[in-house]
Amino acid sequence: MSSDNILVRATNVNASYATNTGQDVPAVDAVSLEIAEGQILGLAGESGCGKSTLGNALAMIANPPLYVLSGELQIADRTIDLSTLDKGAEARHRAFRGDYVSLLPQGAMNSISPTLRIRDLVVDVVRGQDRSRSRDEALDLARDRLKQLGMPVRVLDQYAHQLSGGMRQRMVTVISTLLNPRLLIADEPTSALDVSSQKALIEMLLQMVEQKVMGAAIFITHDLPVLSMVTDQIAIMYAGRIIETGPTAELVHRARHPYTSALVSAVLDPTEETRHKRVAGIPGSPPNLASPPSGCRFHPRCAFATEICTREVPPLVVEGEHSSACWWAKDHPNEPVPLPDPVSLEGLAS
Amino acid sequence: MSTTTTSGAVTPGSPILQAKNVTKTFGGAGGKMTAVDDVSVDFHAGKVLAVVGESGSGKSTLARMLLRLLPVTSGQILYQGRDVTNIRGSELRRYWTDVQAVFQDPFASFNQFFTVGQMLRRSIRLAGRSQGESDDALIERCLGYVGLKPDEAMAKFPHQMSGGQRQRVMVARALMMSPKVLLADEATSMLDASLRVNVLNVLQDLRSELDLTVLFITHDIGQACYLADEVVVMEHGVIVEQGATDEVIFNPQNDYTKRLLSDVPDLKGSLKSR
Amino acid sequence: MSGINPLSELEAETRNTNVADATSVLAGLTTHPRRAKRRRSGGFNVSGRFWVAAALVGFVILMAFIGPLVYPFGAGEKVGGLYDNPSATHLLGTDNFGHDVISVLMTGARNSLYNGLVAGLVATAIGVAIGVLAGYVGGWLEELLMGITNVVLAVPAIVVLILISISLQNTSVGFLKGIMGLALVIGFTSWPWTARAVRAQASSVATREHIDIAKLSGARTPGILWRDVLPYLASYIVMAFVLQVAGAILAEASLSMLGLGPSDVVSLGVQLHWAIAFQAVGSGAWWAFLPPTIILTLVSFGLLLLQSSLDELFNPRLRRGKRKAMKAAAERRAAAAAQLQTQPAGLAAGAEEVLA
Repeated sequence: MSSDNILVRATNVNASYATNTGQDVPAVDAVSLEIAEGQILGLAGESGCGKSTLGNALAMIANPPLYVLSGELQIADRTIDLSTLDKGAEARHRAFRGDYVSLLPQGAMNSISPTLRIRDLVVDVVRGQDRSRSRDEALDLARDRLKQLGMPVRVLDQYAHQLSGGMRQRMVTVISTLLNPRLLIADEPTSALDVSSQKALIEMLLQMVEQKVMGAAIFITHDLPVLSMVTDQIAIMYAGRIIETGPTAELVHRARHPYTSALVSAVLDPTEETRHKRVAGIPGSPPNLASPPSGCRFHPRCAFATEICTREVPPLVVEGEHSSACWWAKDHPNEPVPLPDPVSLEGLAS
Repeated sequence: MSTTTTSGAVTPGSPILQAKNVTKTFGGAGGKMTAVDDVSVDFHAGKVLAVVGESGSGKSTLARMLLRLLPVTSGQILYQGRDVTNIRGSELRRYWTDVQAVFQDPFASFNQFFTVGQMLRRSIRLAGRSQGESDDALIERCLGYVGLKPDEAMAKFPHQMSGGQRQRVMVARALMMSPKVLLADEATSMLDASLRVNVLNVLQDLRSELDLTVLFITHDIGQACYLADEVVVMEHGVIVEQGATDEVIFNPQNDYTKRLLSDVPDLKGSLKSR
Repeated sequence: MSGINPLSELEAETRNTNVADATSVLAGLTTHPRRAKRRRSGGFNVSGRFWVAAALVGFVILMAFIGPLVYPFGAGEKVGGLYDNPSATHLLGTDNFGHDVISVLMTGARNSLYNGLVAGLVATAIGVAIGVLAGYVGGWLEELLMGITNVVLAVPAIVVLILISISLQNTSVGFLKGIMGLALVIGFTSWPWTARAVRAQASSVATREHIDIAKLSGARTPGILWRDVLPYLASYIVMAFVLQVAGAILAEASLSMLGLGPSDVVSLGVQLHWAIAFQAVGSGAWWAFLPPTIILTLVSFGLLLLQSSLDELFNPRLRRGKRKAMKAAAERRAAAAAQLQTQPAGLAAGAEEVLA
């Protein structure tokens, strides 16, 4: 990624959850990332890897029991301290929401009040982000935006339950970006949708980036195929850390981290290949972050783990725009993680 | 296998479970909604049959009617050629020894107040066991099918397990009955891709090991492609296409099926125009 | 390896609070209303509220059940004249019969609590049974049971209470003449709202997948109700029970004060009845009517407070740690944050970069 057009740079984000036992669970561990102007970064990983937490920390909507311990977010010419520990955090962060960062939370489409028309939601949201806007201004904004994106303006007069799931999700996406945020963070926006609605939302997001509705976007999901259609870069998270980042095609087809490779091979496309292979999932389950494994956190589930992986945190192996935190990658420069030989089903049956 | 067969033997090739002109209508006189509209489909023994459809296609309603958890509005459900549409009480429980299910939500399927052991022991009464097998041996055998050991699972409460483990326990529960038909209603859709493959592999292995008929209800054509021998595509309560997996997925005839397939995201192409 | 990953649940938990309302989240208004309210209440946290409630109720219970064992005078013992002033031997003086007010108060409180407990149990049992059956089974049974419930709800309870309690006073069954009779009457008339509330909860539990799983496992309806529905309603039922107890204590007090209570027993209401009948208010004998009023207030306030703090006790999402532990945790976090600030920023802490 050329460094001259970097729009968003997050540095050293640490966040943890307070628990009833008094022990904190670190959910995001020293994460840094960069997004160039006009690009979409995908954030992927299994559930419980901290990707949503990172999204909340970056969107500055961390509520107790989630605390952001540290982190700096640089957007265009502004630098924001993400920490939520001091008293002034809420006031400081409020100024950046809406204009700079906007979050599309998971399940937002299902939490629209049934008594509100979409246009009331528009007014509430816009005025919630910017008090100085009038009702008419907000509605004009929404009408123009819908026309610009080729969507029907009449949905503004409808109630949420009158819209299909796909349309509702597209509407909340439009509403959350009315003030042209520099960065949109979308958390699992496609997970609850049918494939055709997924495609419509993805196309709309791409259109929005192209028309510079937002400067850049982070797309959080566990669904790699969706990510590979919409993103320029992908960052893979595991147990609170980013373990691999790279350009989408590069990362998907030449994974350098065994975890990424395992995630990719678990994807089931409706293709001849899927039909006749036997995919091995990843054994075990993600670690308990209250006491993560030593060294590389993936080592207990990794087919390539060696002794050093259990002891020492892996180094970051940087190869152009592609970087991965893995001992195997260090020993095998420029080599994609080998996939296990596909087992034919006929062979298994006999 | 099971000794509690409802009736007659299955002749090879004849369907084990059939839906005949099944219709389900919800709502009263004012606003009627037809969720499943005159659906007829045969499920052949020893096969994996996938019912694919988007939300609102009626696939889950059909599944719940086949399980007899939801009454049908009209039509017939036949099991091994016998009409089971209106059976009740002990007859229905006997049906459930042959036809079992795993549901979508691996957390909501559990009673959170029970340990895995307590939950499994509830099924003992309906369980189909091999001769002289003790309760513990039966549970151990069924947990073994899904790669779990009794000493690591029995004492656990649902919230102490991962989603994948919970779903495998649910499969083990269903297997305790030694069912002939296992219905998986979106059983893997809430799991992460890596865990999903594990559960799908379990289903695949069981089919060959236990000669199980699997009805796999899903919105994900990719999973159907991986697992199924036959595919039924539903749209708005109606079957629009059905046939062998290779036919339906690689040579679809119906427009809806074609559109569904073309909309599936894959790892190959970015939609970004640049 | 342990398969439990608490983070996915923690993330889901914050998500639930986040999606509470699309407007506030999309607008980036982070302050969740519930949290904001608690923050404003100045740290009067769950445990604090619970302990105040427990202390109030505990005090009345101790007074009612342990008090009579150690107090030198009995409730029926004539120790003085009409409304003797408080003195060193009788701290709250005597009542219209010349009985020691403290000893009458203790016995009266005990009977009032008995009444509340019995009436609460009866009302909760009937309400839960009807509510669970209606909510779980549904169909015509639900319509029938809820029809009955609504009829009972529509009948003015106080009229029924008065009529039945008058006829109870003339009954030949001795057992029903006392406080138990009144308690049963109150219990049999106050169940409908519990039934309605429980029905709503039960019908939502009935749609959960674990009920289908229980059916497929061969469980029969009674077993499902007992093992799969009731446990999910338990916290709700306990809270409803506490409210029923408070309501029954107050109902008994008002009936008895009107003179419709049991004639040969003391209770807080009966005590008030005699105080009014013998002009305690007019003659300035405050010790005859103020103490039972205060105890009534304390016990009902305590129970209501208990009910609202139980909500937070049962709902782990609303639970907060002890303030001391919270403070220590906050300090630890601050220290960790300070340390993080001084560290060089990197993709993985402590990782060297290898440039290929």
